[in-house]
Amino acid sequence: MNAGSLHNYSIDIENAVVSYREDVALRGVSLKVKSGEFVGIIGPNGAGKTTLLTIVNGMGRLLHGQVSVLGYTLTNGNGHSLRKKVGYVAQAQTIDPRMPISVREVAMIGRYGRLGLFRRPGKHDWEIVDTALDMVGMTHLARRPIGHLSGGEQQRVAIARCLAQEPEIFLLDEPTASLDWKAKTDILELVKRIHDARKLTTLFVTHDLSALPIACDRVVLMKDGLIRDEGSPGDLLTDVKLGQLYDMPVAEVEKRRGAAALA
Amino acid sequence: MDFSILTYPFMQNALLSAFLGGIACAVIGVFVVLLHMPFIGVCMSHAAFAGALLGLWLGFDPLIGAFAFSLGVAAIVGPLADRGELNPETSVGVLFSLMLGLAFLFMGLMPGPKSQALELLWGSILTNTRSDIIVLAVVAFLVVGIVLLFFKEIQATVFQRDMARSVGIPATLMLYGILFMTGATITASFSSIGGLLIFSLILNPAAAAYQLTYSLKRMFLLAAAFGVLSSWTGLFFSYLFNIPSGATIVITSSVIFAIAVIFSPKRKVKRWQKKLLVEKAS
Repeated sequence: MNAGSLHNYSIDIENAVVSYREDVALRGVSLKVKSGEFVGIIGPNGAGKTTLLTIVNGMGRLLHGQVSVLGYTLTNGNGHSLRKKVGYVAQAQTIDPRMPISVREVAMIGRYGRLGLFRRPGKHDWEIVDTALDMVGMTHLARRPIGHLSGGEQQRVAIARCLAQEPEIFLLDEPTASLDWKAKTDILELVKRIHDARKLTTLFVTHDLSALPIACDRVVLMKDGLIRDEGSPGDLLTDVKLGQLYDMPVAEVEKRRGAAALA
Repeated sequence: MDFSILTYPFMQNALLSAFLGGIACAVIGVFVVLLHMPFIGVCMSHAAFAGALLGLWLGFDPLIGAFAFSLGVAAIVGPLADRGELNPETSVGVLFSLMLGLAFLFMGLMPGPKSQALELLWGSILTNTRSDIIVLAVVAFLVVGIVLLFFKEIQATVFQRDMARSVGIPATLMLYGILFMTGATITASFSSIGGLLIFSLILNPAAAAYQLTYSLKRMFLLAAAFGVLSSWTGLFFSYLFNIPSGATIVITSSVIFAIAVIFSPKRKVKRWQKKLLVEKAS
């Protein structure tokens, strides 16, 4: 199709600039991600991490630059068909416990984009949904109202919804924020397992530094709408680099990471 | 009891209007409840009232004025609600008071007797004509048809709009479609129920259904059933005691809501959660 597929890049971002009203969210970001790669993205709040994900699934509006995903060159407003191949898990959201929708129905929403208008889910779609729920360990809660589940369980269902979508790219925007430590590690392990099993290309935004070395092939450090550094987790997650990223003296980083490791 | 009243054309028209209006309003109410936009609905129904009065004053069809005004409000409020970037309640509040102000301004400027204007305020289902019923029927079929045709898109949109968008569902289009249907339903039914009361026939049956089920399909069906039940029961009491039908319909729907709350299984969940909290704390 185009250069993206020739070089086997699933995601090819060239000098992307994105702005929301007065704020510039991305100030010229370039990133190439190979098919099958697991990339972790870290950085302080407001660094542009979420915006980076939204330009990959065609929901963000580019002011400048070029984004090519799975061989599609994205222009503003044409991300519609691409989104069906890109699974997106956002931060855990509060869901009204009275919401009239079951776990199984939420997971089925992942199929809706692929099904298109006027087509109802068939037996095949329900089988895919049930397999996905099984993979995330939520089969026993499938008939429960979604609002009755815990935050960690709801995130598992969101991941099942992405699986039901049968995506090629998996975008996760702090999926473990606000979850407890066990739920965090469970979700991370699940994401890694799915990434490997489905041979996905994964972008994972997180604040959980301890999670990165276990999961990621590559880490991208972002700050002020720019990519500051990228490389292997071992090379990048040093106290010096983190100190620069978060504007903190190295000794302080060392102290806090030591404390976090003990916790 | 004497049922000969049912053979009169005006009563048949009223029953048919109550049936169609009850269904359309209740189905719209499901959206209003699930999208957490009751205030937007109130605002749109008062806009319809102001628009209709403008029509009466300047001598064009009040229905056209009502439809144009409620869609105008939807066009202002829709983008705010969709982006969710500022709390839309404040702007909706301003708009709401403006609409009420305009309504009374147009009423004040109107020469001659105000009986027609007051009729729009209280509603007059007993004077509904065949053409009123045709408008109501078209809107009811449209609303029910759209829900059947786009059920899965609607389900995803009312659950989480951003998520719906991220799987490739045109959620913004769906939201505007819903606002458009709300405007159409309010316009078609407010001369029967009354500009001030129409919103409770939208909200109450759906709010009652919301208390009773965890299935969206059942919520639509229950809401429609409650809508028709409210309208018919209200009509019956209105005839029995010779009181305004709009008021009896609204009061009936409120009573149904109260009963639904009392028997709601969802309240048990809350109690059960509270119990857990208390256990944890102690």
